[in-house]
Amino acid sequence: MQQPFSLSSKKVLVTGASSGIGRSIAVQSSLQGAEIQLSARNLLRLEETRSLLAAGSHHIYDADLCNDDSVLSLADSLPELDGIILNAGMVKTVPVRFVTREILESLFDANFNGSVLLIQRLLRLKKIKKGGSICFISSVSSGYAQLGNSIYSATKGAVNSFTRSLALELAPNGIRVNAILPGFVETGILDHGPIGHDQLEEHKKNFPAGRFGKPEDVAYLAVYLLSPASEWMTGSLITLDGGYSIK
Amino acid sequence: MDEKFIGMFREVLENDEKTLMPGDKFRDFEEWSSLAYLALIAMIDSEYGVVIEAKDFKQLVTVGEVYDEIIRRTA
Repeated sequence: MQQPFSLSSKKVLVTGASSGIGRSIAVQSSLQGAEIQLSARNLLRLEETRSLLAAGSHHIYDADLCNDDSVLSLADSLPELDGIILNAGMVKTVPVRFVTREILESLFDANFNGSVLLIQRLLRLKKIKKGGSICFISSVSSGYAQLGNSIYSATKGAVNSFTRSLALELAPNGIRVNAILPGFVETGILDHGPIGHDQLEEHKKNFPAGRFGKPEDVAYLAVYLLSPASEWMTGSLITLDGGYSIK
Repeated sequence: MDEKFIGMFREVLENDEKTLMPGDKFRDFEEWSSLAYLALIAMIDSEYGVVIEAKDFKQLVTVGEVYDEIIRRTA
């Protein structure tokens, strides 16, 4: 293994690649030589992401993982893949007393069901190569409660459980499956919600490392998980949170 | 303030008997909490289809101002 951290000529799919963590993973992976397949619902912002990538053969796909037809056509259009980053998802803060079926379904569709159905389809089409790596972007909140975050946390708990089962199922095929559990990463995902600047500043005190995460923090770990360097790692749920969960 | 709004606010505060006047400063209510805040934002979203962002909500002081903000945004 001459360059264990290189992604040279690897084809990597990144879902939710139009912003935040997904965009950063796409950029960093391209810098290591990967050919990125970018998917998201917003073509304009996907083009923006593509313009940030290191030179190479990168493709964009307009896809909504909450829509079955969209998942099928995405899977059909994709080439054989060496790596898959399942990053697409959404956040919603709602106390349990006010949860509705609609909220439950929209969060599980966006954060869990869509990714599972995409993997299912790619496996059926034999589009995940032997030696391939699948990486879910979960959340440290799957295990550490935040007020009003129960359903979001539950979707990420589902992701964690699925990661481990899938890792077991795909080990004979030489495909590895892991999840990154980031603490709070500043991406703008909360910009239009009820959590304000003041509350975030207060929340920062819970991070021994003294700051929130940056998208690149997650991207560097994702690059490792996609690379041959992590060949022996599968079924792992890796916390990456500036020390948030130490206490 | 109409009955729907008052009913929703009482629901958020978990107090069906609460007397709510437009001039009441809701952050002074003993029932007010960070969870009540999240509940109110979620309820306004589901009942009126209006999302009030944190920076805008911070400006609202009284029960009546919350109501006016919803009406303004649904008008």
